[in-house]
Amino acid sequence: MWNYSEKVEEHFFNPRNAGELADANGIGDVGSLSCGDALRLMIRVDPQTDTILEASFQTFGCGSAIASSSALTEIIKGKTLDEALQVSNQEIADFLDGLPPEKMHCSVMGREALQAAVANYRGEEWSDDHEEGALVCKCFAVDEVLIEDTIRANNLSTVEQVTHYTKAGGGCSACHEGIEEILGKVLAERGESFNADASHSAPAASAAARVSADAEAALSRIEMPSAQPAAAVNEQAPKLTNLQRIRRIEEVIERARPSLQQDRGDIELIDVDGRKIYVKLTGACSGCQVASLTLTGIQQQMMEVLGEFVQLVPVSKAPAGVEA
Amino acid sequence: METIYLDNNATTRVDPAVVDAMLPYFSEQFGNPSSLHQYGNRVGQALKHARQQVQSLLGAQYDSEIVFTSCGTESDSTAILSALKAQPERKEIITTVVEHPAVLALCEHLEKEGYRVHYLKVDGKGRLDLAEYQKLLSDQTAIVSIMWANNESGTLFPVVEMAEMAWQAGVMFHTDAVQAVGKVPMDLKNTKIDLLSLSGHKLHAPKGIGVLYLRRGTRFRPLLRGGHQERGRRAGTENSASIVALGKAAEMAAEALDYENTEVKRLRDKLEQGILSQVDYAFATGDPDNRLPNTSDIAFEYIEGESILLLLNKYGIAASSGSACTSGSLEPSHVMRAMGLPYTAAHGTVRFSLSRYTTEAEIDRVIEVVPDIIRQLRKLSPYWKDEAPVEETFDPAYA
Repeated sequence: MWNYSEKVEEHFFNPRNAGELADANGIGDVGSLSCGDALRLMIRVDPQTDTILEASFQTFGCGSAIASSSALTEIIKGKTLDEALQVSNQEIADFLDGLPPEKMHCSVMGREALQAAVANYRGEEWSDDHEEGALVCKCFAVDEVLIEDTIRANNLSTVEQVTHYTKAGGGCSACHEGIEEILGKVLAERGESFNADASHSAPAASAAARVSADAEAALSRIEMPSAQPAAAVNEQAPKLTNLQRIRRIEEVIERARPSLQQDRGDIELIDVDGRKIYVKLTGACSGCQVASLTLTGIQQQMMEVLGEFVQLVPVSKAPAGVEA
Repeated sequence: METIYLDNNATTRVDPAVVDAMLPYFSEQFGNPSSLHQYGNRVGQALKHARQQVQSLLGAQYDSEIVFTSCGTESDSTAILSALKAQPERKEIITTVVEHPAVLALCEHLEKEGYRVHYLKVDGKGRLDLAEYQKLLSDQTAIVSIMWANNESGTLFPVVEMAEMAWQAGVMFHTDAVQAVGKVPMDLKNTKIDLLSLSGHKLHAPKGIGVLYLRRGTRFRPLLRGGHQERGRRAGTENSASIVALGKAAEMAAEALDYENTEVKRLRDKLEQGILSQVDYAFATGDPDNRLPNTSDIAFEYIEGESILLLLNKYGIAASSGSACTSGSLEPSHVMRAMGLPYTAAHGTVRFSLSRYTTEAEIDRVIEVVPDIIRQLRKLSPYWKDEAPVEETFDPAYA
């Protein structure tokens, strides 16, 4: 049985604001039966003040999905729409005194329903880049799809590189065999074979320890490993000013837009914060798989023009404070 | 609060009589059975008796065909790996898509090492296609490994007939009978089954003890090499207390076999009908005509299994689910997917598994509680409104 916090159990056994909201003026539906969880979030917004007066939910899913929905409605009641949109999935998890890593997607679903409900109220189209596969790294909740895409986009070939880029494998290391298997599969696609010994002699030998010590801090320290991916990045590039960096980032975004627009989608630069670049994918281009591949492709181009490691973050995953 | 344990396919309570039988083998009869003194002799005698008790439950011809192991998984691994090592010219395995991970994960690993594994599919009721099986048997097949009973749906496979077909084709046959032993009558000496796995903790013996039945004359290579224990087929000092316990449990299981197939079965049927007659959009999975007498796996549409378990647990009722959310994976159970369960139900299965300790009053209580739990969760579900599904009105663009 899951080790749920008392708060999760409390919100599961006594969900707040469950059921239909008769006079809702914003409704957000996410999930599906086949995925095993789905959520309808209903909000009643005061048009004068843009404040959420009431919120309710209906959820099909596990204990933590129901508890996350309940928590979400409690958190957003009384907030303005802009304030509510800044609620991150982490905040939902924190409200419940934490969720097991395998269950973090329940809080993500809550956030997505909120975005959908606000978009519905405002009469906007909402679409999402959400995608998930089987969880490989349970310490940092990294799934197979993300690992595969990252290996492809960055030409990775060792477990340590995967840990650098995704954090996967940076904790208890029980998933290293799984990561090796994914590497083997992706490398086979490009006609190479996975060499386990190479990962032991990789340059940044203590990557795993570093990431597990402090995943976020480690991310900012990460430099491009000097293996194959380095070819794509000019380590000796002169240091750019912030303005120069942003201009180059914008150029890459502008280059990417026409092909996205052809598919009735678009991408917008939201913010640049150190090595994290926040973007928003809109329109039809946000069909799960494609969106994730698009992002890793654009991220690769950015690393090439900037000569440094950067991470492209879709705004749905941005921390509080970054406006969508 | 009174608790009701209906998760006996996961593990069972150790019978108090079994505990009594094993206790002297810790501090009093602690000798090593290999030792040539009275301490060893007494334990050696006790192990021989336990071997005969298991022999009798399985209907094996010789007591030396019983090899004690540490668990069902070890027995499965030993059987399959032995067949591959003993017949290096044969590179294929036949098994099913619904096996326990003890067999499936090993087979997937062996595929990476170059072996070819054929996975027999099942139909909507969890049944195999024997014509497909017949076609796959060849002189390339090193071993067939088919479970006797499925742990989730309780469906029984015709392993006696399948072993006969394998024998005709000159192929070794193994069955993982972990769920079937003690619930299905067995007479191995009159079958063509070469190897069989059983696990003590599924039949009221402790965890950490298992058996590999190895028909005399079957080519064999041990998994663990070392001392001469178990006639060199499984090295390592015997877990004597647990072996004695398993012997006692086997004897009691043989005595209770009729009860399992009459009284336990009656309670199972009462539970199943009691729930299904009150809850719409629910059905039992598996093969109703060939099923373990103690197992009822019910799929509840439009709700999710983990939620059901959490609410059952609140009432002191212990069951299990094939839902994705109970295992940490994103996919519902491989058994339910293999049977092609409708997607409305795949996440909402709950398995009730009874034992000879289950009482009528407990079953009555579960029948009383379950419909309310289902109603409560459906009331929360966006796919449900006023006693009926509303799938067509709730269809998020993003899935």
